Amino acid sequence: MATTQTPYQVLGVKPDASADEIRKVYRKLAKEFHPDLNPGKPEAEARFKSISAAYDLLSDAEKRARYDRGEIDESGAERPQRNYYRGYAEGAEGRRYQPEGEMNLSDLEDLFAAFGSAGRGRRGQGSEGFRARGADRHFTLTVDFLTAAIGGKQRLSLAPEEWLDVTIPPGIEDGQVLRLRGKGGPGFGGGAAGDALIEVHVEAHPLFRRDGDNILLELPISLAEAVLGARVSVPTVTGPVTMSIPKGSDTGRQLRLRGKGIQKKKNPGDEIVTLKVFIGDSSDPELAEFLEKWGPRHPFDPRQGMPSA
Amino acid sequence: MIALEDLLKRLKELDRRELTRWVENRWVLPERRDETWIFHEVDVARIELILEIRHEFAIDEEALPLVLGLLDQVYDLRRQLRRMCDALAAQPPEVQAIIREALPPLVGAEATQD
Repeated sequence: MATTQTPYQVLGVKPDASADEIRKVYRKLAKEFHPDLNPGKPEAEARFKSISAAYDLLSDAEKRARYDRGEIDESGAERPQRNYYRGYAEGAEGRRYQPEGEMNLSDLEDLFAAFGSAGRGRRGQGSEGFRARGADRHFTLTVDFLTAAIGGKQRLSLAPEEWLDVTIPPGIEDGQVLRLRGKGGPGFGGGAAGDALIEVHVEAHPLFRRDGDNILLELPISLAEAVLGARVSVPTVTGPVTMSIPKGSDTGRQLRLRGKGIQKKKNPGDEIVTLKVFIGDSSDPELAEFLEKWGPRHPFDPRQGMPSA
Repeated sequence: MIALEDLLKRLKELDRRELTRWVENRWVLPERRDETWIFHEVDVARIELILEIRHEFAIDEEALPLVLGLLDQVYDLRRQLRRMCDALAAQPPEVQAIIREALPPLVGAEATQD
């Protein structure tokens, strides 16, 4: 916390300075630190503000009196309500004043020992001991799209210095919860440990989208590739593959790459590639010239089947 | 957090020598930083409490360690009890029921029960 000065210190006057004296000092300082007179000095503005605030308080006889009585602070705000010691003492901060050499009950055994109990719960003596399952612990884990599609391991931070490598099954969906048995809180009196419940968030991918176990991809192709057919490289979740585009493929045509979708062991999904024809440089004079001759000889209305609006 | 000088300004009734003695006696445990002391909120609250014990309850510095020692023990117990209660509250209802039954009644408690 920055050291807060009293308004008297800000102006450099004595606490018993007269109103006249304060006004004189204020005018002198205000002239010296006015931001408009110090355009190159950002610190002047802060100084001017504190000078103004100090004068604002001290020039008002009533405010000045309240400040002197400690009813308001240097910003003119009412003093905050007192925070009683008990409000801290029972919390984590209170541990600072924990009696030295006294109870440091880091686990239940210490607690039993401190009160002379036998700690029978842990030994589980017959019907007297009781056992309880440990508490479940909840976590969230963000997984990138490809890991979710093909599976893998991802490191989860359970606590500072405590890590868990979580196996991500291929095909996990956004919002799905993985339950890792026995990775939660410890059991009590011999009871089983709780589980770690991990809510998984799957990140979006710039190219791929997902539809069930299938991966959807929109693939740009050129006019020549669309008309003449081609073999092109297509990205999939397991790496690029070569795919044949049949002659005369239109925008919207869908081609299926079997087994290139979500990599489930049984019945992996497919990647469905939707073609999208791009003309590229549409001002190409050669193409325009050709179409001017070709168009009239091959009349075709792609909007024929459209219902009228 | 508040620096020593600011604290002395804020608590007008607090005397510098008095506070120094309290810190030396380890009744107040500020953080040491660059040759000065930084007081956390818990320390400030504790100082206000000690001021009251000293001046309003007129308990002198001879008796003060006794009072503070007992207070610290009470708060330590309350912290531990709170930990225990939090742990119990996190248990399934069946477990809580078992513990409730296992709690022996306090002597004389029947009279106040409704």
